[in-house]
This record gives sequence, C-alpha cells and structure tokens, in this order.
Amino acid sequence: MIYLQMLWIFFRLGLFTVGGGYAMLPLIQSEIERLGWITAEEFVDMIAIAEMTPGAIGVNTATFVGFRLGGLFGAFVATTGIALPSLLVVVAVSKVLDRFQEHPVVKAILFGIRPVVAGLIASAALFIAEAAIIQSGGLGILGLDLVALCIAVVSGILVWRYHMHPVAVIVGAGVVGLLVF
Amino acid sequence: MEQAPQDTPDKGQVSRMSFLLEIFATFFRVGAFTFGGGLAMLPLFEREVIENKGWVKKEDILDIYAISQSLPGVIAVNASTFIGYRLAGVPGAIAAISGVMAPSLLVIVAIAGVFTQFRQNFYVAKALRGVRAAVAALIFLAAYRIGKASLKGAFGFILAITAFLLTWLTEINVIYMILAGGMLGVIVAKLSAGGTSS
Repeated sequence: MIYLQMLWIFFRLGLFTVGGGYAMLPLIQSEIERLGWITAEEFVDMIAIAEMTPGAIGVNTATFVGFRLGGLFGAFVATTGIALPSLLVVVAVSKVLDRFQEHPVVKAILFGIRPVVAGLIASAALFIAEAAIIQSGGLGILGLDLVALCIAVVSGILVWRYHMHPVAVIVGAGVVGLLVF
Repeated sequence: MEQAPQDTPDKGQVSRMSFLLEIFATFFRVGAFTFGGGLAMLPLFEREVIENKGWVKKEDILDIYAISQSLPGVIAVNASTFIGYRLAGVPGAIAAISGVMAPSLLVIVAIAGVFTQFRQNFYVAKALRGVRAAVAALIFLAAYRIGKASLKGAFGFILAITAFLLTWLTEINVIYMILAGGMLGVIVAKLSAGGTSS
C-alpha cells in the first residue's frame, strides 16, 4: 500500500518536472517538507551523491529518496514512478506532433512555466544553503558559517567562471571540509 | 524527423528480443557514463546512438533534445524514450528507459545502504559539510542558468519572484504554482495576440 502511494508521489514528481533534473529538486523538497520524511541536511547529501554518481541528477535523487523510504523496492518504485510520465507523454507526442515544441500553445505554456521553475529552483537553492551555510554552526557571524560560505562561493566561481566539472568541485569541497572543519 | 535507416528486425521473436536488448545495452552505456544528466548526456548520445549505431541522424538529436526539454520529465529520460520509441515502438521505449535508468538504480542502491550508515562518521561528517556548501552553490548556478534563459521581460521576473516568495511565505504546493505559470503563459500570449490583431 505504501508502495502504491510512493508510486503516485513519484509519478507526480515526474509529471511536473519541466526543464530537466534540477527542476525536480524543488518538487522533491516540497514533498519532503510536507510529509516530514527526511531532514534538510540529508536531502542535500542525497543531491551531492546524485551529482557525483553516473546518471541523470533527477533520476538519481529520486532513486535515493525512494531507497531511503522503502529500501531496494522503494528505489525501484521511485524510478518507475518518474519514468512513467515520460513514457506516456513521449509516446503520445510522437503520435500527434512532429514539431511539438514550436506549437504556439506549447510555447505559451512554457513561457509561463519556465520563470516559475527558475524561481522554484532559486528557492530550493536557498533551502539548501540554509542547511549548508546558515544552520551548520561553527565559526561565524549572524548564524552564518563563514567557512562554509567561502567554500560555496569558491565552488560557484570555479564552476561558473572556470568551467570546472561539478564532480571535481564537489570532491574538492569534501576534501577542504575534511581539513578545515 | 524521419526515422533513421536501421536494420529493423523482422525475423521473428528472437531477433526482436535481441534488438530490444541492444537498445537496452546502448542506453545503459549512456546512463552509466554521464554525470549530471540533461545536456551533459548529449555527447554520450552522439557517440553511442549516432556514431556507433547510426540509429538517429545528427540533426535529429537536437530536435529530440528540444522536444525533450519542453515535455514533463527528466530530459535524458525523455530523449531516450523518443529514440527507443522510434526504433521499436513502445517496447523499444521501455527498453531505452530501463537502460538509461538502470545504472542510477544500481549505483544509488549500492551507495545508499552504506551511506546512511557512514553519514554520522566523524570524518565523513566533516567532508559532507564542505560538500553541502558546494552543492548549494551548484543549485544557485542552476537557478541562474534557467533564469537567464527564461526571464525575458517583466512578466518572467514577476512570475519567478512570486513563485520564490510563495514557497517561503505559504504552504502552497509547488505543483499548483507550475500549473498557474502555464495558464498565465497562455493567457498572456492570448492577450498579446489579441492586442496586435485588433
């Protein structure tokens, strides 16, 4: 029974993820907050593992949450749940439209959805920053962990400006964390 | 988008089965060698599906990607489903989806069990504090990239800021915000179309 509920939840996650894996994170976060499944810190750790392991980040995070909730079968239910909307929608679209993304109504819908998704991801980023930088304790002012803040800023610059691979940056941040905390 | 030339197996169940296995194996490799998904997966698709197999034409993969980004779901999964479906119908789509997702399932299950135990370890906990900070930065960058591509004009900014504030100030389910965004997009498009025609 709980697996059926999980299947439904992950199906919804897949169905409302528009614009790639990162767009799934605010949806997962909102489910986690609503149902009180997992702590914010654990969620961030799951995203970190999802980034560092092969596979799409959305799939990996969902699989991890599924495993945490229901073991091996839970992980399987999670992947099935997020894959089902893709299967249904892609098969439907393949039949009706060739240049689906250029249809005016589709463009109009995405015109409205994309900014919302950008806002939601920014919100998820702040949620994660709260767990990583604000509430983590340690050396700091105004509740900010200054060392963690430095790691975040340097990581961001390395990926954004110097196009370093995110996996390398995450591993580097882990090593720095091990040394300084 | 026409179907790419291929060896369509029509010699009974056995060759059909082996074709599905080939689809599964090809997409398994794509899933196993990509980190991050989405656009990071595109080069792998090009190597495995276009160069090695010749299943899809090079110009078609960009179309498939464009459609995949507009549809619900993870982009890499959508793109795999598209290609699998074109190769062998619904069974092909299922083979491709299973293939691209199987590495995630295997690796995450292998790591998750161990990870839950080691999270509390003294050294792992220290490393994770650094890792979390880096992940926070990566997600901010993801928001920035999507924002840069989609926030054109006041409408976009207002929607993004409203969605951001609503998540912090209210308990509204984010699904409703996404639905509302889609509806507003249609309304604004209709209004501006009406404005130009009259």
